[in-house]
Amino acid sequence: MSLSKQTRQSTAMLTRLSGWGRYPQYQSNIFTPISLTTCQSHLATHTMPLIAHGMGRSYGDSALAEYVINTQELDCLLDFDTHSGQLTCHAGVSLAALLAVFVPKGWFLPVTPGTQFVSIGGAIASDVHGKNHHQHGCFSEYIVSLELLLGDGSRLRCSRSEHPELFHATCGGMGLTGLIINATLQLTAIHSAYINQITYKAANLEEVLALFAEHHAATYSVAWIDCLANNEALGRSLLMLGEHAPEGELHTRHRSKLSIPMEMPKQLLNHYSIRAFNTFYYQRIRQQQSTQCIHYEPFFYPLDGILHWNRLYGRNGFIQYQFVIPQAAGMEGLRTILKRIARSGRGSFLAVLKAFGKANANLLSFPIEGYTLALDFKLAPGLLELLHELDAMVLDFGGRLYLAKDARMHETTFKRSYPQWERFQAVREQYGAIGHFASLQSQRLGLN
Amino acid sequence: MQKILIIGATSAIAKATARCFAERGDQLYLLARDQERLSDLANDLRIRGANTVAYAKFDTAAIEQYPSLLDKAIAELDGLDVVLIAHGTLSDQTACERSIELTLQELNTNAISVIGLLTLLANYFEQRKQGCIAVISSVAGDRGRQSNYIYGTAKGAITIFMQGLRNRLAKSNIQVLTIKPGFVNTPMTAAFKKGALWAEPEAIATGIVTAISKQKDIVYLPFWWRYIMLIIRTIPEHIFKRLSL
Repeated sequence: MSLSKQTRQSTAMLTRLSGWGRYPQYQSNIFTPISLTTCQSHLATHTMPLIAHGMGRSYGDSALAEYVINTQELDCLLDFDTHSGQLTCHAGVSLAALLAVFVPKGWFLPVTPGTQFVSIGGAIASDVHGKNHHQHGCFSEYIVSLELLLGDGSRLRCSRSEHPELFHATCGGMGLTGLIINATLQLTAIHSAYINQITYKAANLEEVLALFAEHHAATYSVAWIDCLANNEALGRSLLMLGEHAPEGELHTRHRSKLSIPMEMPKQLLNHYSIRAFNTFYYQRIRQQQSTQCIHYEPFFYPLDGILHWNRLYGRNGFIQYQFVIPQAAGMEGLRTILKRIARSGRGSFLAVLKAFGKANANLLSFPIEGYTLALDFKLAPGLLELLHELDAMVLDFGGRLYLAKDARMHETTFKRSYPQWERFQAVREQYGAIGHFASLQSQRLGLN
Repeated sequence: MQKILIIGATSAIAKATARCFAERGDQLYLLARDQERLSDLANDLRIRGANTVAYAKFDTAAIEQYPSLLDKAIAELDGLDVVLIAHGTLSDQTACERSIELTLQELNTNAISVIGLLTLLANYFEQRKQGCIAVISSVAGDRGRQSNYIYGTAKGAITIFMQGLRNRLAKSNIQVLTIKPGFVNTPMTAAFKKGALWAEPEAIATGIVTAISKQKDIVYLPFWWRYIMLIIRTIPEHIFKRLSL
């Protein structure tokens, strides 16, 4: 085909990029390779450092850089074993695309985050977790092997037995060890696309933590928490448990989705509207306990039904703040932090509480055994100061923040809470990643 | 199950359309220029459920190979129900304005090669007396504009050629479908700032599959482009020539 197209395709395009939180924004040169070969030759000849960018669903600046490789066209399924459920695919395949193909065949993702608009590469790089972390761990647990493009453009396969140190640095490594191009993952067999869900109403934090402990054996568990409730009602929440239905239809839903057409006025979400929403959301469940059989989409991806929901937060965007604190700090830690948030009056539409199981061997993977809370905060004056204050509390309780959601943590906070960062740097050094792969986040966190 | 030949199969719209065909278990034959991408796409389509997938390398410039390539594809599929021609390049208008060579090359890739393929395929389908010829043209072919009239000329030529072909093959019971997408988010348009009128390749693909099954002649995708182009076509030339479109 024509020369002009080839020239243009190897030229990066200058575009304003941001993560899902729409903060920060950055002018990036984006290159969208149409094959692994074009990607490889780009890496060998173009300006570094750069970072991979998949679906752009990490919230902050972890997929932002001056030079960015967009993996959306690297989206082929390459091999599937219908007996074992092992799939090999390009890193740009989205979880949504994968589910659309495999749910009808009776297979599901072993671990899924709260949106299906995530690429396989992104899910590995963030080592995402789901509602079953306490039972099944992180996404990387099901990665059999993966293939990376290293800084010099060469391809290297790694797994728990081949270059294991590179594997454990790459899973959860935020794209800083190389460009993930392929992965082999283990899918999980299902007999229905439906989930049997039980919802429990918890009047406060004590009750919800007791419920988590009592229902540890449930496959999926997550609590929605009213972060503006205070005093006796502090931590009032709805705990949702789920199990795959033993039989039923195997279909994905093709419903038309709502879409937020433009940025909403920034006054839309304020203390009063969020309080009203939270109260309504909590009160709408009448009984102490209710049972439902629902399709997996609303169960796992409640917000995917509203496209561009991030526009609700207005032009300035928002910050999602997700921290984990160890189990020992549990009740006291959560109470202290929730009190501080309730006092600030800065509410979150969705505050999500989850109990994590054991940590894995990946150097920068987020989960540790304990409790994790995720909140959205509209970007407004004074917010960064509040979050800085919360950082100190999280650190005091021995916790840390999730890198896939982070847009603003300080280098010292990161280095204190991710003690394996030096080993991570050593692996990057060994495989020639330093100077080749970097994001705004890595620069901010001192991972140069 | 249908026997489908896709030319320019690795382009974003063709890839998305091929996936729709694969999901319903069709038999596919792919032509494109890049071996690696063909092989990856063939695996992808098999996993998604295509009955069979075969492929061959295709260079638009090698016109002498067209007959043997098409013969081989038809032999491999053991007949042909649908052909989708999807290859093309988005011409660099400013560069074309400075180069005869580049302008002619763009016209060759986007129009002449398609017309060449259609010449052979028309005869095949005319004899067979059933089937569908679907070609991706563009809304850009509906009216010449300063910003992309080289590309528009090529697409306009295809649109007119298809009109004639439709007229000729109507009595042979052949569907001749002209597909006119508007702005689509593909690697071809990576440089453009995206707005409300932009569509994803998957949406265009669904529209193509529906238009084929509904025996349509011309389809604008998404549908609203029919009305946008209606307005653009009706602006009198003496006004139109002063607009910066």
